[in-house]
Amino acid sequence: MRRVAIVVFPGSNCDADTLDAARAAGSDPYYVWHKDGDLRQADVVILPGGFSYGDYLRSGAIARFSPVLAAVTAHARAGGPLLGICNGFQILCEAGLLPGALMRNARLRFLSRPVRVLVEATDTPFTHLYSVAEELVLPVAHGDGRFVADERTTAELEAEGRVVWRYVGENPNGSTRAIAGVCNAGRNVVGIMPHPERRNAPALGGTDGARVFLSMEAAHATQHAGGVRAGGGHHTGV
Amino acid sequence: MSAFRIEIRVMPRASLLDPQGQAVSHALHALGFAEVGDVRVGKHLVLRVDATSRDDAAARARAMCDRLLANPVTEDFQLQVEAA
Repeated sequence: MRRVAIVVFPGSNCDADTLDAARAAGSDPYYVWHKDGDLRQADVVILPGGFSYGDYLRSGAIARFSPVLAAVTAHARAGGPLLGICNGFQILCEAGLLPGALMRNARLRFLSRPVRVLVEATDTPFTHLYSVAEELVLPVAHGDGRFVADERTTAELEAEGRVVWRYVGENPNGSTRAIAGVCNAGRNVVGIMPHPERRNAPALGGTDGARVFLSMEAAHATQHAGGVRAGGGHHTGV
Repeated sequence: MSAFRIEIRVMPRASLLDPQGQAVSHALHALGFAEVGDVRVGKHLVLRVDATSRDDAAARARAMCDRLLANPVTEDFQLQVEAA
């Protein structure tokens, strides 16, 4: 059972859903307040969705300086799995743990509806139970979801297979290359704009998001079986 | 120490789509201001800062922009310093 720290910022509003989704996947999730410096021996850290600090200045710009981010950054640099969902993704970009930035949706509207995405990278701790090119339906709920990065960075993301999810059929927010989620070079830090935690049970309209959390939990067994865990030296830095 | 008033202008980078600017441009056209071309919407911040000199105030303000006030991926900034 993996210990999953879910960081709560003032304005987080998907923390409870994320906790439920992690628990449903068999993990041992708990909340960590953003002022805490201690992740309490977390195996995995998740920054959930919401509107930290009211999205003042820019989405994620102020949360990125919360005291907990030092511990989150250390966890990521040691190769620990780190997932940012929606506002969590925005915070990871602001913190420089993921490349690019998330800007106002191209058509300016706040989008809250299901969208279609393709899984493009399955060699991350959060996607290894999916198949490449598998199509998912996941809900989005964001006003600032347009992924933007300079051409060199996007070319690098494509060449290194670091686009983890891509919108398909339509590009709801005008993201560069329809990017819905990316990972870092070490592949342990992952960000996604749609909400897998809102689509992990039939009662929620589908189960397409469940394997994000099942992957995270299953990685534990795999890593133990292989005798490699974070800190074993095979993980590259951020 | 003297007090300085620092005005900072943060603008979306010219190469990036600015949907807010486009929406404002469309609204101005709808109001009959046909002469309006490109519109871009940014932020204007006014800070009161204590510093030993104008250069010191400007250097500190630049550091504030680099760390927090502007996103280097998407925004450019300009600043103006005057005695408060």
